[in-house]
Amino acid sequence: MKLAYWMYAGPAHIGTLRVSSSFKNVHAIMHAPIGDDYFNVMRSMLERDRNFTPVTISSVDRNVLARGSQEKVVDNITRKDAEERPDLIVLTPTCTSSILQEDLQNFVERASLEAKGDVMLADVNHYRVNELQAADITLRQIVQFYIEKARKGGTLPEGKTEKPSVNIIGISSLGFHNHHDCQELKRLMADIGIEVNEVIPEGASVHNLKRLPRAWFNLVPYREIGLMAARYLEQEFGMPYVDITPMGVVETARCIRQIQQIINQQGAGVNYEGYIENQTLYVSQAAWFSRSIDCQNLTGKKAVVFGDNTHAAAMTKILAREMGIHVVWAGTYCKYDADWFREQVSEYCDEVIISEDNGAIGDAIARVEPAAIFGTQMERHVGKRLKIPCGVIAAPIHIQDFPIGYKPFLGYEGTNQVADLVYNSFTLGMEDHLLEIFGGHDTKEVITKGISADSDLGWTKEAQAELNKVPGFVRGKVKRNTEKFARERGLAEITVEVMYAAKEAVGA
Amino acid sequence: MIAQPEALNFECETGNYHTFCPISCVAWLYQKIEDSFFLVIGTKTCGYFLQNAMGVMIFAEPRYAMAELEEGDISAQLNDYEELKRLCTQIKRDRNPSVIVWIGTCTTEIIKMDLEGLAPKLEAEIGIPIVVARANGLDYAFTQGEDTVLASMAARCPDRSPVAEAEKDERNAIAKLLNFGRKKEEVAAAEAEYVNHPPLVLFGSLPDPVVTQLTLELKKQGIKVSGWLPAKRYTELPVLEEGYYVAGVNPFLSRTATTLMRRRKCKLIGAPFPIGPDGTRAWIEKICSVFGIEPKGMDEREAQVWENVEDYLQLIRGKSVFFMGDNLLEISLARFLIRCGMTVPEIGIPYMDKRYQAAELALLEKTCHEMGVPLPKIIEKPDNYNQIQRINELNPDLVITGMAHANPLEARGVSTKWSVEFTFAQIHGFTNTRDVLELVTRPLRRNNSLKGLGWEKLVQEEAKV
Repeated sequence: MKLAYWMYAGPAHIGTLRVSSSFKNVHAIMHAPIGDDYFNVMRSMLERDRNFTPVTISSVDRNVLARGSQEKVVDNITRKDAEERPDLIVLTPTCTSSILQEDLQNFVERASLEAKGDVMLADVNHYRVNELQAADITLRQIVQFYIEKARKGGTLPEGKTEKPSVNIIGISSLGFHNHHDCQELKRLMADIGIEVNEVIPEGASVHNLKRLPRAWFNLVPYREIGLMAARYLEQEFGMPYVDITPMGVVETARCIRQIQQIINQQGAGVNYEGYIENQTLYVSQAAWFSRSIDCQNLTGKKAVVFGDNTHAAAMTKILAREMGIHVVWAGTYCKYDADWFREQVSEYCDEVIISEDNGAIGDAIARVEPAAIFGTQMERHVGKRLKIPCGVIAAPIHIQDFPIGYKPFLGYEGTNQVADLVYNSFTLGMEDHLLEIFGGHDTKEVITKGISADSDLGWTKEAQAELNKVPGFVRGKVKRNTEKFARERGLAEITVEVMYAAKEAVGA
Repeated sequence: MIAQPEALNFECETGNYHTFCPISCVAWLYQKIEDSFFLVIGTKTCGYFLQNAMGVMIFAEPRYAMAELEEGDISAQLNDYEELKRLCTQIKRDRNPSVIVWIGTCTTEIIKMDLEGLAPKLEAEIGIPIVVARANGLDYAFTQGEDTVLASMAARCPDRSPVAEAEKDERNAIAKLLNFGRKKEEVAAAEAEYVNHPPLVLFGSLPDPVVTQLTLELKKQGIKVSGWLPAKRYTELPVLEEGYYVAGVNPFLSRTATTLMRRRKCKLIGAPFPIGPDGTRAWIEKICSVFGIEPKGMDEREAQVWENVEDYLQLIRGKSVFFMGDNLLEISLARFLIRCGMTVPEIGIPYMDKRYQAAELALLEKTCHEMGVPLPKIIEKPDNYNQIQRINELNPDLVITGMAHANPLEARGVSTKWSVEFTFAQIHGFTNTRDVLELVTRPLRRNNSLKGLGWEKLVQEEAKV
């Protein structure tokens, strides 16, 4: 048992559902108790999805516990198959139902006999892997399933596309700024004359998965989701992949150079140096920002970085290499992939921290008192308590990670967004400097506004106590409205009863 | 005109519906019981739910936490007692609560962890009371989590009034609040405002201001509330002697009611619930009738409240509302909204205890007859997919639904309100009538303000649901 107040990565079934529900016309059936299907809420509320989440619960209750699911799961699969005609139904348990040790594979096989669409069991150990690992595994499983199906049916297309082309692997539902990143990556690919063959899993049809091998290479922008599928495709078809996250000016260039190398090996004969130089120096504002006088004032400021592997590593490099900021420590909660992280960041920071314990991370922040934090929502909150600004750079996912405006983290527009985030996180460079020179600009005392004019009304102690229970931000309004109510009725004293009478009468 | 069925019609569907897990009750109970610590014994799935879907981010290490079960716990390689002892000792050291509430989950049910057996032993060893509640999703839905906790706490209420005067003061926190700063003679005078009646304890967790409001409403009738379950502090749990009267304020507390009757030998006052002026009035009148008190001024009181909300009633009169079913407040809310002039074609509800809700159901039926509207169909354990087909057919003016379906319905031009808001908002008593209607009318007011922009359906093709 572990005493836990907070989790950086969710349970395995969330990862599986993120992948299955990213695909078009794929439905998931959850074999789980009532209440375990909150993924639907996350999709609908956090991602503000307009469509019904393609996840249905086949509820595990006392009856199921006593007598087994029997026909229930099979019925729910075939029913969904008939109702919505999905191409694929993915069955998944949760941590809870996985310990029932029911033969879910058998349910899937039985349902397959009747269902028009495909049915599969997401093959994940719910106690050994987390959300990110499970998403990676499920994506590989689905890709493999359809590649093998096509191979068996002899429908696997031969050869490569005529022009250089790419599959973008790992864009998923409830991913951190994934939709905007995807748009930016497509733009980048268009700029350098590469066709996008498939994007998976977001918005993809499982029927098109057999076309994956036609691309010249795979691009895996995130370390957490997509690598397993890319490695599978490499092993089966010798497809090369690029796993350099194009985040920040330097890494974006490195990613493009790697693409150049890979497609030139296949006979493309491209040279992207001119493009990279033009984007870096004149189009993207990030390199210019780094050179500008404002950023000069960030030189040597202390920052700490914490997040998933992808974003924490990329951010550390940007801060240290591109902005001259001193990264005191950089950390990740992806314990299962800690070696990679260490190797990526150790030359850019004083210390590397690998931890899933938010308390330990909070303590580490307090210990070094950085000028800014780049972390998750949890570190943002720690920062609030310590009065240290924090830019959010990684999941756990939050409604704020789905801005309505265009805010990619990847590609050249991403470099601008990140530069803004960094600049706005620190006390503004110029302002900071002026504060030091002139000793602050808020010299006048803050004029506080009383919650009401000097009042002739007496509040009884009980009423005063009751008033104090009202949340501070509306207390003034409640007090004013209550006193107005009392005055109108010629009451000299305000009791608890008067307070509530006022509430009823005027909504005080 | 549709022929009106004679009696309420109950149906049961597949149970493939979305609602919150009952462990969500810790989100409001830990705040209500200020000296408590809630320990949810479950998996990552449970923890992520509390953290993420409930939107209760465990930022400042509040007074609840997960005892996260790992592989070793599931395969029984580790000793449950030793593990829980380690965690509870740490909680005692870090927080020193007056009580630790263990919240059992589906997983502790499945692995048959004997929480009730372990608690007394550990309680004796570490010297902090441990209350065990099995708020699992196998047996319960959403708000019923509170029911499991209160049913367990009912067993911990002292069974006789403390003798010493000082202690009595401690116990009755509300009386203390009401008498705050008064002299002893004044207190005695205040006591005279009450009719002599057997002690009455109310059960159900409500925000403190609502507790005060309902206590005052009863005081106006000369009825003294001896205590509330739960109280603000675990150490102030109300005394429950055999023969005390108890009344519930929430419709999802049927286990607590049963426990109070069977185990504590209390007498349950079965009344409609104090939601809406009609329900509040019926609730007070029922309590008065049990104590042989002639209720005073109820006509005026109710009429006054209706008059104060007339502007809101104008917005909803003649409109229809469909309850998908989520928090078990559905019957009370439907009854109130029908009294407001709305029609209700369907009430989905996770679980229907016809005995505990008998008075509420009777009032619903009576209200429908008086308002001349058809009786709603009551669907227990609904099937969300079927419900959405029915919503498409019925085209109701408002759907009260869980969070999973609100945005997709809005995108299809259906006005919705989150049912969970009624769980957290102050909806009880005369005083809060406006607050309930504030919630109910908000989608209608919002959509009125957008009317004319043509932003009704925001999905391109009618997506299959």
